[in-house]
Amino acid sequence: MASLITCPHCGVRPKEEFAIRGDASRGRPEPMDSDEAWHDYVYVRANPRGRTLEHWHHIAGCRRFLVVERDTETHEVYSVVDAAEFARRAAR
Amino acid sequence: MRYSAFSLVRNALSGNLNWKPHWRQPQPKSHYDVIIVGGGGHGLSTAYYLAKEFGVKNVAVLEKGYLGSGNVGRNTTIVRSNYMLPGNEPFYEFSMKLWEGLEQDLNYNVMLSQRGVIMLYHSDAQRDAYVRRGNAMWMEGVAAELIEREQLKKTIPFLNYDHARYPILGGLLQRRAGTARHDAVAWGYARGADQHGVDIIEHCEVTGIRRENGVVTGVETTKGFIGCGKLALAAAGNTSRVGEMADLKLPLESHVLQAFVTEGLKPCIDHVIVYGGGHFYISQSDKGGLVFGAEIDGYSSYAQRGNLATAEHVMEEGVTMIPGLSRVRVLRAWGGVMDMSMDGSPIIDRTSIDNLYLNCGWCYGGFKATPASGYCFAHLIAKNDTHPVARALRLDRFARGYAVDEAGAGPQPNLH
Ligand SMILES: Cc1cc2nc3c(=O)[nH]c(=O)nc-3n(C[C@H](O)[C@H](O)[C@H](O)COP(=O)(O)OP(=O)(O)OC[C@H]3O[C@@H](n4cnc5c(N)ncnc54)[C@H](O)[C@@H]3O)c2cc1C
Ligand SMILES: [Zn+2]
Repeated sequence: MASLITCPHCGVRPKEEFAIRGDASRGRPEPMDSDEAWHDYVYVRANPRGRTLEHWHHIAGCRRFLVVERDTETHEVYSVVDAAEFARRAAR
Repeated sequence: MRYSAFSLVRNALSGNLNWKPHWRQPQPKSHYDVIIVGGGGHGLSTAYYLAKEFGVKNVAVLEKGYLGSGNVGRNTTIVRSNYMLPGNEPFYEFSMKLWEGLEQDLNYNVMLSQRGVIMLYHSDAQRDAYVRRGNAMWMEGVAAELIEREQLKKTIPFLNYDHARYPILGGLLQRRAGTARHDAVAWGYARGADQHGVDIIEHCEVTGIRRENGVVTGVETTKGFIGCGKLALAAAGNTSRVGEMADLKLPLESHVLQAFVTEGLKPCIDHVIVYGGGHFYISQSDKGGLVFGAEIDGYSSYAQRGNLATAEHVMEEGVTMIPGLSRVRVLRAWGGVMDMSMDGSPIIDRTSIDNLYLNCGWCYGGFKATPASGYCFAHLIAKNDTHPVARALRLDRFARGYAVDEAGAGPQPNLH
């Protein structure tokens, strides 16, 4: 149930505590990357039906950015990790 | 069959046994000049205007469910043209004018009720913003009125004027705005399109788009392959999924919006009232139920249902605005999946594939657009040329830096 998110720092919290920033699956282009790359990053979305990665910002809690993996059809949440931890794992 | 006082009496006298279905149930032909994906309001109005205004008769509308099972039958039925931006206002006003002649045009009662839409303001800054919006409307020739608090108290006495956080200071009124019976809009357009020879094929899901030499040649469906000259997408919340079949990458996210209906009450709310302190909007249906909704659930979703936290939030907002609402029972709640565009405004355009056309991104405001959306999309499909009032709604506006951002929220769909 995506109306409850288990923050790795704060525990189970209602979605009202979060600002949801959307797609967390793609990295930010470099400043001098092409217009197309930036257009893609800012405006275009895969918008999957099923599993998706999203940034949730715990504004009314620890104020950390989290990466939430959940299903857009069933609202099931599979995992919640701190965004920094997520980036470290991706770099590995 | 045309409806008239005479046909009503004649059918009543014969026991109402001789009414005919509103549209045929044809088997798909092997080829159409134009196939429209999606039998919602927009797909059906597009088919209707294609056949009636632009003389393209060999048209099919393919709908995966039954007609009206999508957002056209799930919305809160508000029609208005009180937009602010020059890219939007002429388009929605064109729609408003089509609404005003729709029942005569379709020979169908869509129960258009111009009861007036009032948007409330709660601060001096918000008042200024609404004055600006009203002026923007006047500049496009659309009447708007600012109603001050004392006058509003006389018209709508049951609002919570003295709320500590969101006192109601006044409102912006568009008198010509109001509501229409949403199912009837789908049925009326379906009947009209059918009478002009359009094949409406229900329970026919498009599962693939076939291309040869860079152009679309037809669609795979649950009823087999159907060929076409031009393919037009009007699939509302599922646009990304249908677009994917032709490798389109789109500036869309699918989100769910909930709506609620209460038990039937005697007439008590005359207008459509929109709460500027949040996003709550309410009107009373002709059957007496109060129809209301508020913001989207916040995260992207393909489920045609929402979460309870948002339902509670909607109720809180409603009771903040109208305390008496706390004693009314809610009978039904449901959700609809909408494609939220990156600037909150719709997209009507050609695509990178020459004979593939796109109508999407209606967010939660597309019902009011049904007539204009169909008209402009039909214009585009028939003439390969954008209708003048839809020029600002083209797909490349994001890349060119001309987003039509009514809310000023930037490229974040869940903030529009
Ligand atoms: C709760 C709610 C309240 C709203 N309130 C308002 C309001 O008050 N005023 C307003 O102006 N707007 C409102 N809206 C928005 C409005 O309803 C929509 O923008 C508009 O109805 C969308 O256009 P449509 O009618 O064509 O979509 P739909 O009726 O959803 O039509 C799209 C159709 O495409 C079909 N489809 C999808 N994929 C396929 C496929 N692969 N093959 C075949 N068919 C397919 C679907 O089954 C669907 O029937 C509201 C929306 C919701 C959800
Ligand atoms: Zn936290």
